[in-house]
Amino acid sequence: MTNHVTKTEAARRDAVLPPVDVIEDATGITLYADLPGVSKEALNLRVEGDTLTIEGELSLATPEGLQASHAEVSVPRYRRVFTLSKELDPDKIAAEMNHGVLKLRIPKAEHAQPRKVQIRVG
Amino acid sequence: MIYRSLFPRDIFAELDRLQREMAQAFDLSPSIRGFGRGGYPALNVGGTQQSVEIYAFAPGLDPAKIDVNIDRGVLTIEGERDSGLPPTDEKTAVHINERFAGRFRRVVSLPDDVDPNACDATYRDGVLHLSIKRRESALPRRIEVK
Repeated sequence: MTNHVTKTEAARRDAVLPPVDVIEDATGITLYADLPGVSKEALNLRVEGDTLTIEGELSLATPEGLQASHAEVSVPRYRRVFTLSKELDPDKIAAEMNHGVLKLRIPKAEHAQPRKVQIRVG
Repeated sequence: MIYRSLFPRDIFAELDRLQREMAQAFDLSPSIRGFGRGGYPALNVGGTQQSVEIYAFAPGLDPAKIDVNIDRGVLTIEGERDSGLPPTDEKTAVHINERFAGRFRRVVSLPDDVDPNACDATYRDGVLHLSIKRRESALPRRIEVK
């Protein structure tokens, strides 16, 4: 029960919506998300059912006694949720982080791959 | 107004208008150069007694190609970001395209007491961190009374 409460509280915490690019080709979907300040360890990717959640904690090396005078990024957290469609295979998602950009590759399931149908003329 | 009568309830135009009105209401009006909040890179600026700290949220760049200049107390961060999108053909479709691509330039005017020769720049996890020391003479000091 307590666990449940903390979970909903966590979901309610403020987060920045990161900008993304989503590109689909014949074999799957590629997603890029801008997550500056999120290290590989602070990234949290989850698939529950058909819901893909991208979450990341932002950490900056700040010197002691720092006083902010102007902040365009004021929440230290990113979150974005997507609904996956049926033909995507959530077990085969590959992720990589490079200079604060997350790249996700979500392949289509075997049965949803395009195939050429031979037509016999007879 | 052919457009209006053809699409009398264009939901997207309505949403656009709503968003503009909200921005006005909350005084988030962008500057004349078009970059209000949400420009690329986003900037956080702060300071300590010894230094001025600037964080530019600039993911996906080659650190060698970021241009940082300080000229007469004005700091400029410039560069270019590739879109990374594949060339469009029949087999690929771009469903969402929100990430910034192209040339960018952001300018910050620095306080008078910084030393432009003592600027330290690091790029980590897509965040450019500039730490500019304040001049020795500007640091707070205790004056001894004789």
